[in-house]
Amino acid sequence: MTLDKVLVDIVGLATIGVIIWYFWLSQSRGVLAAVSGGMQSALIVVKGGYTPDTIVVQRGRPVRLIFRREESALCSERVVLPAFDKSAVLPEGEEVPIEFIPTEPGEYPFTCHMGMLRGRVVVE
Amino acid sequence: MTTIGTHTHDTRTCPTCEAKPEAGTTTQRLELQRIELSVAGLSCAGDAAPLAAQLERLPGVREAMVNPVTERAVVVFDPGAIGIEAIIGVLEERGVDVGRTAARWRLKVSGLKCASCVRRVEQAVEGVPGIHDASVNLATETLTIEYTPKRTDLAAVRGTVRAEGFDLGPEPIRPVEAAAPSPGDVNAREFRSLMRKFWFAAAVSIPTIVFSYPTIFGMRGILPPESMTLRLVWGALGLLTLPVLLYAGGHFYRGLWAAFRHRTADMNTLIGVGIAAAWLYSTVAVLVPSLFPRGDLAEVFYDVTAVVTALVVLGQALEVKAKGRSSEAIRKLIGLQPKTAHVVRGGREIEIPAQEVVLGDIVVVRPGERISVDGEITEGGSAVDESMVTGESLPVEKHVGDPVIGATINKTGSFKFRATKVGKDTVLSQIIRMVEQAQGSKAPIQRLVDLVSSYFAPAVMILALLGFMIWYTFGPQPAVAYALIVFVTVLIIACPCALGLATPTSLMVGIGKGAENGILIRSGQALETAHKLDTIVLDKTGTMTKGQPSVTDVVAAASDAAFVLRMAASVERGSEHPLGEAIVAGAQSRGIALGESTAFEALPGRGVKAVVEGKAVVLGNRRLMEERAYEVGDLAAAADRLADEGKTPMFVAVDGKIIGIVAVADTLKEDTVAAVRTLKNMGLEVVMLTGDNRRTADAIARAVGVDRALAEVLPETKADEISRLQAAGKRIAMVGDGINDAPALARADIGIAMGTGTDVAIEAADITLVKGSLRGVITAIQLSRATMRNIKQNLFGAFIYNSLGLPVAAGILYPAFGILLSPLIAAAAMAFSSVTVVTNANRLRGFVPKGV
Repeated sequence: MTLDKVLVDIVGLATIGVIIWYFWLSQSRGVLAAVSGGMQSALIVVKGGYTPDTIVVQRGRPVRLIFRREESALCSERVVLPAFDKSAVLPEGEEVPIEFIPTEPGEYPFTCHMGMLRGRVVVE
Repeated sequence: MTTIGTHTHDTRTCPTCEAKPEAGTTTQRLELQRIELSVAGLSCAGDAAPLAAQLERLPGVREAMVNPVTERAVVVFDPGAIGIEAIIGVLEERGVDVGRTAARWRLKVSGLKCASCVRRVEQAVEGVPGIHDASVNLATETLTIEYTPKRTDLAAVRGTVRAEGFDLGPEPIRPVEAAAPSPGDVNAREFRSLMRKFWFAAAVSIPTIVFSYPTIFGMRGILPPESMTLRLVWGALGLLTLPVLLYAGGHFYRGLWAAFRHRTADMNTLIGVGIAAAWLYSTVAVLVPSLFPRGDLAEVFYDVTAVVTALVVLGQALEVKAKGRSSEAIRKLIGLQPKTAHVVRGGREIEIPAQEVVLGDIVVVRPGERISVDGEITEGGSAVDESMVTGESLPVEKHVGDPVIGATINKTGSFKFRATKVGKDTVLSQIIRMVEQAQGSKAPIQRLVDLVSSYFAPAVMILALLGFMIWYTFGPQPAVAYALIVFVTVLIIACPCALGLATPTSLMVGIGKGAENGILIRSGQALETAHKLDTIVLDKTGTMTKGQPSVTDVVAAASDAAFVLRMAASVERGSEHPLGEAIVAGAQSRGIALGESTAFEALPGRGVKAVVEGKAVVLGNRRLMEERAYEVGDLAAAADRLADEGKTPMFVAVDGKIIGIVAVADTLKEDTVAAVRTLKNMGLEVVMLTGDNRRTADAIARAVGVDRALAEVLPETKADEISRLQAAGKRIAMVGDGINDAPALARADIGIAMGTGTDVAIEAADITLVKGSLRGVITAIQLSRATMRNIKQNLFGAFIYNSLGLPVAAGILYPAFGILLSPLIAAAAMAFSSVTVVTNANRLRGFVPKGV
């Protein structure tokens, strides 16, 4: 094996390592939902993904996630929160609320219709 | 100018509102108001500026803007100084027909906390005359109203909101934009944009291919390999394909970046990295060929960049087009909403926009016209084509008192009807909402796909890198070129889109198709469960039968038959039970006068009792008689005979002594027998559920041909019967009317409610049949099976495509067969795999319910 091959393989393996770490192993810490009037709410911007994509909430209190879609890509047209049986069409530029009351601690994903964009609600 | 807005609340508001202060009287001087008006009648664009200037000259108007393109005028005015009528007056002078269009107004509402307040405020505001729609957005704390300017007192709106305990902000927080573009418009725009990109990339592709391989195209003489001329030409290709990368492929990079920031990767990542890698490799080869061990290895792959971009973009464009067709059903439904209605107001018939019809309006309908809203016929009659809402193909005869459904078409006669449901309460509006909601839900089968797609794109990148390393390390010469080809081909052939699209697209078409046939499926879950059913439980009354029984026999023990019937009917006088009504109707049709009854009491599942002319009369089934230890005697035989004939014998007891039997029978719907046969042919077990006694039940079961009859089921134990069947491992659909048997519908795996044609939002039901026919059950199950088959085809195709395509692209066939895919072929395959999925889903649009 020549030096260039060894180099290519080392760089390749390192890149694979980075891919695995970046896409699968690391997770964003998440944002604590703001509490006002007993309601925990968070604004989520939808543009190529959900920002923030992890919302931390307390259980037992109503949660309001407000989605604002800032793109026209058809993919993100709808957001689905399967665990709470909620879904909403997100017209571009409009703020659309989804409300639910989490009772059990855990992680609940929300995704676009096709499951390509993902976010999660962490209930503590 | 007259306004109807002076008497503030009409009948639609809640009764408690009467206690609230009269709207408007509590209102202080208003701050500046901003309204938006449609100015559709404006004759030419040149009229806009003078109109705006004229409006601004009015005292009290601070600002006026007229947009001739959107045909809307925005006026900011001081309501203390000028009334809205004056503004409208000016518009009317200029020939703008303001009264026929709605204006929109958006205001900040303060103090809103709970979701339940939203509905309350909306309802209250909708009660103000002239308002046809009010919607509160809790998140943005805004109230958007749509109203007819001529008929609306805006101060009353403010007053109404105050009366509910909230306050409106002083002025609209932002101008109301023109109505949101319909999905169809968005699709069309997206399609055009993608096609422009495609043509550009395609145009660049042709010279790029020709000059990338001069030898093949007979230009070896002019552009010999490794010559300076060729390098210059290739350099030019690099410049030529750069805009392809940045413009035609620009959206890949925007998507790539957005996804990357969210620690995800998608199709954009794969394509973006693939075409960029090809371009960068080529550019390095042109600029510093000395990096390559041999001069002839410094090849370029600009053609890959251009052609792959062209093909993938074309695929996306076709996909957008096909997706547009998938949502055709909902667009059709929305398109059914009629535009105008003829109503009688002040004794005169006037034409108004359909959304302005208010409750209680008398609407005139002529032959060939579309009925504007839901209502009840008050005069005349006709045959009405309800196929677009109920799926029933034959026109339905309508007479005075019959309900009519908005959006259906009057065929033959003229009639007038009273509007009973308007705006978002109409059957059509409910259907549209339900279908939209259902199309957005997920089928459980999607879960696996979601799991796969969350790992898919990074996994493909890893595979591409591994391919590169293996080819570079162990592959034939020129290793770096092969490695690059493999890397790019793997990235490009992978198609997460086909996977992601498979389920939602089919679901959307399937649920839309259901709506076209009068079958409203609540969710993807319901659609999926419906194809796994093995048992159909039919509630007898109203489902298999017309639900309108009539008296067939009267048997008297000692006295005369008329007395028996008279006693029975007198008891039932206070009843709303269908059997009771039948007995009352039976007596009346025989000319029997009823006696006074008091102390009426219903004994659920057994019968009724009351005091008639001082006598204690009990009317009910045998169980009731036995419970009370009444002597049935000789009548038992008569009762058995009647029951064998499928009739319901009701014993009549006066003062503890049975005097006779009144037999009532409910006639079967015309298509019940055929429908049951078809269900059985589809491999389903059909079970009948009834409160009738065993004999009656068996007689009907035999006549209809059901497999099993569950008799003497009390209304409250229907759900338990379902549980019992489920415990035996059956997957059950319960078919009922959705009102009396709601718990059973909810308990069953699938609850199917037979709609009455006027109420389709039946909560307990997973599937609602707008038209109350058993044929709908068959169609629903057929549709569910067809849709699930389609979804499985799509998923199978997508999984197979990816799991065959990826290894082949990585060169797994090369050692044995010398086969290595070209990235161009990979791009074509990828582009058309997702189009294929959507096209396959669209095949469902051709679903035609098979007859019974």
